Amino acid sequence: MTLLDLLELDFVQTALIAAAVLGLVAGVLGPLVVTRKMAFAVHGTSELAFTGGAAALLLGVGVGYGALAGSILAAVLLGVLSRRESDRDSVIGAILAFGLGMGILMLALYKGRAANKFGLLTGQIVGVDSTDLTLLVVSSVAVLAVLAFIYRPLFFASVDPDVAISRGVPVRGLSIVFAVLVGVATALSVQVVGALLVLALMITPAAAAMRVTASPVRATVLSVVFAEVAAVGGIVLSLQPGLPVSALVTAISFVIYLVCRGIGAVQRRAA
Amino acid sequence: MTAISLRGARLSYGSRVLWDGLDLDVEPGEFLAVLGPNGSGKTSLMRVLLGLQPLSSGTVTVAGGNRAVGYIPQQRALDQSMTLRGRDLVGLGLDGYRWGLGLRNRRERRIRVDAAIEAVGGTRYADEPIGLLSGGEQQRLRVAQALVGDPTVMLCDEPLLSLDLANQRVVSELIDKRRREAGTAVLFVTHELNPVLPLVDRVLYLVGGRFRIGTPEEVMTSRTLSELYRTPVEVVRVRDQILVVGAGACEEQTHHLTAAEAAS
Repeated sequence: MTLLDLLELDFVQTALIAAAVLGLVAGVLGPLVVTRKMAFAVHGTSELAFTGGAAALLLGVGVGYGALAGSILAAVLLGVLSRRESDRDSVIGAILAFGLGMGILMLALYKGRAANKFGLLTGQIVGVDSTDLTLLVVSSVAVLAVLAFIYRPLFFASVDPDVAISRGVPVRGLSIVFAVLVGVATALSVQVVGALLVLALMITPAAAAMRVTASPVRATVLSVVFAEVAAVGGIVLSLQPGLPVSALVTAISFVIYLVCRGIGAVQRRAA
Repeated sequence: MTAISLRGARLSYGSRVLWDGLDLDVEPGEFLAVLGPNGSGKTSLMRVLLGLQPLSSGTVTVAGGNRAVGYIPQQRALDQSMTLRGRDLVGLGLDGYRWGLGLRNRRERRIRVDAAIEAVGGTRYADEPIGLLSGGEQQRLRVAQALVGDPTVMLCDEPLLSLDLANQRVVSELIDKRRREAGTAVLFVTHELNPVLPLVDRVLYLVGGRFRIGTPEEVMTSRTLSELYRTPVEVVRVRDQILVVGAGACEEQTHHLTAAEAAS
């Protein structure tokens, strides 16, 4: 089959739509995640999404719902347990390790197809069906709607917390809400790129964008573009050679990151 | 109408009393310096005025409420990789606390932000990444950020710290200009009185639960400070500077609004 034939397949189109929606959500959240130095928190949350997904497999409910429950629980736990910035790193480490261990236990108890197990860790976007897609689109719209409402004070609290507090911005409450939004987005990404590689969509495109511009709006637009190129491009390129989607998604986003680092270095030298 | 009014104000954390029986009226256009060692409750006083910390007893009134307060923090090195320009920082001072994306009235907003940046002479570098600016440039933009909201009260939390003398003068003159032109009351927390001495109308000096309010001439005397510190303190005037000897004046200089003071 040629690439064009492959692109006409239903499951491929479903996967492309899912990737495009995810690219948008991850791309929009990314710059805030990077500004708030939450890369490790995203990784920790995605491991708990894996645990949730594994529990769902074992119980025979939708993996997507399990991942969602796991990562929201993780986000709330991180928000509650790490009241101080300095605690956050170690709290994430402790929760991440426990969650991963529980996930492995549940997979060991699961007697179904092995591909399902592996997919949670490394992604199986071509396995996304139409019910998963509905969940994905509805959750994404919800995340973007909440984000639009809290965006300005959240951005204020992220870049300039002391002055934001002085202006009455509920900095602490916003950080918990944001952690939950990141949790939902992470759970969705887990289905595409897998728990191990969520950072390729949530962090790398934003980090690349922030290398080449100091404008928050431009950084967000670029971050979305990069995440879309990586997510959609990764699927398209994976089809013909039959390579794993996540490998190509991570490779594309890393190449974009390297190029942006180069451009950023040249810009600074010129300035 | 007074800009800030405290009546019988008391603030204590458990058995530790930071200050008690504090009566203070700050008039529009007045420049009040707040002095005292660390832990004497300077930052807590700011938190009270910002509405972040309730008084243990007494009353506090700020004309226009805490939205009408412009806050200038101390200069701290901002992350070099921060995706933020001076213009974004100033814009947040205008409407950063509002919900939503802020897509309406972009034009009017831009005019106000530009005017505030222009007023502190920051137009040249307002579009540069803020992490690459000098401390003096960052603090000028901080002044613009506080002024863009048209405050009736400015709370300045060590805004001159770690600036060189030339920039100390520039930043304090910008604050002084504002209060003269717009009648904004200034409450200026500082370790160093001298850089702002010519601007100061009155001093609030806090030490270990005790305090004095008065003009610099009244408060900055050997007798008054010795009473406050309960140890012999010598105040010497050399040219137009005030030197305080023996008050354990070497204090650490790190405190800010979110710091542990409130948690302790």
